[in-house]
Amino acid sequence: MNSTISAKTIRSVIAASSVGTMIEWYDFYIFGMLAKTISTQFFPEGNATAALLSTLAIFAAGFIVRPFGALVFGRLGDLIGRKYTFLLTLVLMGGSTFLIGLIPGYKTIGIAAPLLVLLLRLIQGLALGGEYGGAATYVAEHSPSNKRGYYTSWIQTTATLGLFVALGIIMLIKLNMSDESFNAEWGGWRYPFWISILLVAVSVYIRLKMAESPLFSKLKAEGKTSVNPLKESFRHKGNFKMVLLALFGAVMGQGVIWYTGQFYAQNFLETKCNIEFEQSRTIMLWAIAFATPFFLLFGWLSDKIGRKWIMMAGMLLGILTYRPIFSVFLKNTDIVEWKKEDPSPVGELKVKREAVKHSLDSAVTYTQVYSLTDNRKFSEIKTDTLFSEDGKPVASAKVAYQNKHLSTSTYWKFVGLVFFLILYVTMVYGPVAAFLVEMFPTKIRYTSMSLPYHIGNGVFGGLVPFIGLLLTTTYPKDPLVGLWYPIGIATLCLIIGTIYLTNKIDKEVND
Amino acid sequence: MNAVKKILGIVWLLLAPVVIYFLVSGAITHIDPAGKKDINNPIIWVIIIAIFTPIAIGLMIFGWYAFKGEYDHLPESSMELEN
Repeated sequence: MNSTISAKTIRSVIAASSVGTMIEWYDFYIFGMLAKTISTQFFPEGNATAALLSTLAIFAAGFIVRPFGALVFGRLGDLIGRKYTFLLTLVLMGGSTFLIGLIPGYKTIGIAAPLLVLLLRLIQGLALGGEYGGAATYVAEHSPSNKRGYYTSWIQTTATLGLFVALGIIMLIKLNMSDESFNAEWGGWRYPFWISILLVAVSVYIRLKMAESPLFSKLKAEGKTSVNPLKESFRHKGNFKMVLLALFGAVMGQGVIWYTGQFYAQNFLETKCNIEFEQSRTIMLWAIAFATPFFLLFGWLSDKIGRKWIMMAGMLLGILTYRPIFSVFLKNTDIVEWKKEDPSPVGELKVKREAVKHSLDSAVTYTQVYSLTDNRKFSEIKTDTLFSEDGKPVASAKVAYQNKHLSTSTYWKFVGLVFFLILYVTMVYGPVAAFLVEMFPTKIRYTSMSLPYHIGNGVFGGLVPFIGLLLTTTYPKDPLVGLWYPIGIATLCLIIGTIYLTNKIDKEVND
Repeated sequence: MNAVKKILGIVWLLLAPVVIYFLVSGAITHIDPAGKKDINNPIIWVIIIAIFTPIAIGLMIFGWYAFKGEYDHLPESSMELEN
């Protein structure tokens, strides 16, 4: 059957599936990237209910709703077909994203604002849970067996490209307006949400013109589709043991490598190394741009040598090099070393005095920019407290060093190191769609592959920052202690994958 | 290799309750209504423990299957999955 599908058709299938999935990732990411502004607009500090809703919006959407979406839409995809299911997820995702951009702030409509945001964020999580399995299955079921890894790897580029587009659009908007205009109630932060509706409209139009997956159509015509995909996927031992193997032997490790390479790295550069916004974002953008073609390379390679060892090699490289790479980030931005080089002040000392909340005391902030050789710069920010009570001395200053601007050579060195982190992502993530598709039969494929994928990525990957914070709080002396979580999970997954998985490519996915 | 798979099955079987124990003890240690960090927030711990417990049970079942030799031979067709 596959041999009769023309090259033009397969290109359209890949384009329609990839563009839509990329838009879904874009929609999901912009919420996280704009979390600070969103929380000011919708979840004001000091309101306990708003704080609870904020926590649910951030954590529940990723951890609970994504796997739940995988079950709901996976079942639907195995019952009514891939095409209409992943069309529905796209509309739900795009619609919710657009609507988040239209909700008035907390100041205008009160508690209704965070409630609506939470509801739409949960719909986003649900839709994301259903999208990927559909897109990967749809492409794989159109692909010849010798090109399944390569063709599905286009779907694998979408998560990273979605991040790239989200980073790029937010940066473009932010660079073209003042912080005040960006963060205002109806300010620039809403534009990325509104842009989504245009992207989704185009993608829905393309997807509507596509036909149903040929394998699913054949099953349907023969009356062989599953009656109860959830039961067949998880209550039938033969299939359930493969779901567990997929999760613990591949996707769990892939999730932490993916999250560490793309999100933990970005967060680390911004909050631990305190690199200025523009440099930290462009480091990620360059690294993503250079690394993205490797998704296709490793997808293609997996058709030649098998999926397993490429994924295991990506995990092994992460395990061995995470701590050395992140320690270079810290070492090259170490302010103690920078200060030894006798930095000179640039411009005037800026002084800002603000009232301390619920008190008559004032906080005074002194900001001085310093420069060094090689064009390096940093801001030294000292904060003193002036007590209103007579005779009470000024509290000793807290000093912070922010907005570090790297020299050109260090900047490109960081781009190179982040490139390696994302290269590992391409190794584990490039072949994984073909790997999952080949593990499960057509009639329950959507359901069976979606759940382990979203537990691996949403739960194991999504927990990287939380467990990182937990470890940093417990062992504060080691700034890299947070990396032990992805290293530990990847090691466990590497052992299970190496021992229990097979490297054999399943040529027959038509069954 | 099949002997290694079975022996490691016991390790996975035991690892699951250890993970749950660490999560619950982590929650008890870090939940603090006065704290402002994510790890002080009880809601987050409830979500994480609720979602991780079935995953840990899944790891136990995986270990049990491995111990019973269910992974000694992996199915090569959908027909084999039915059996």
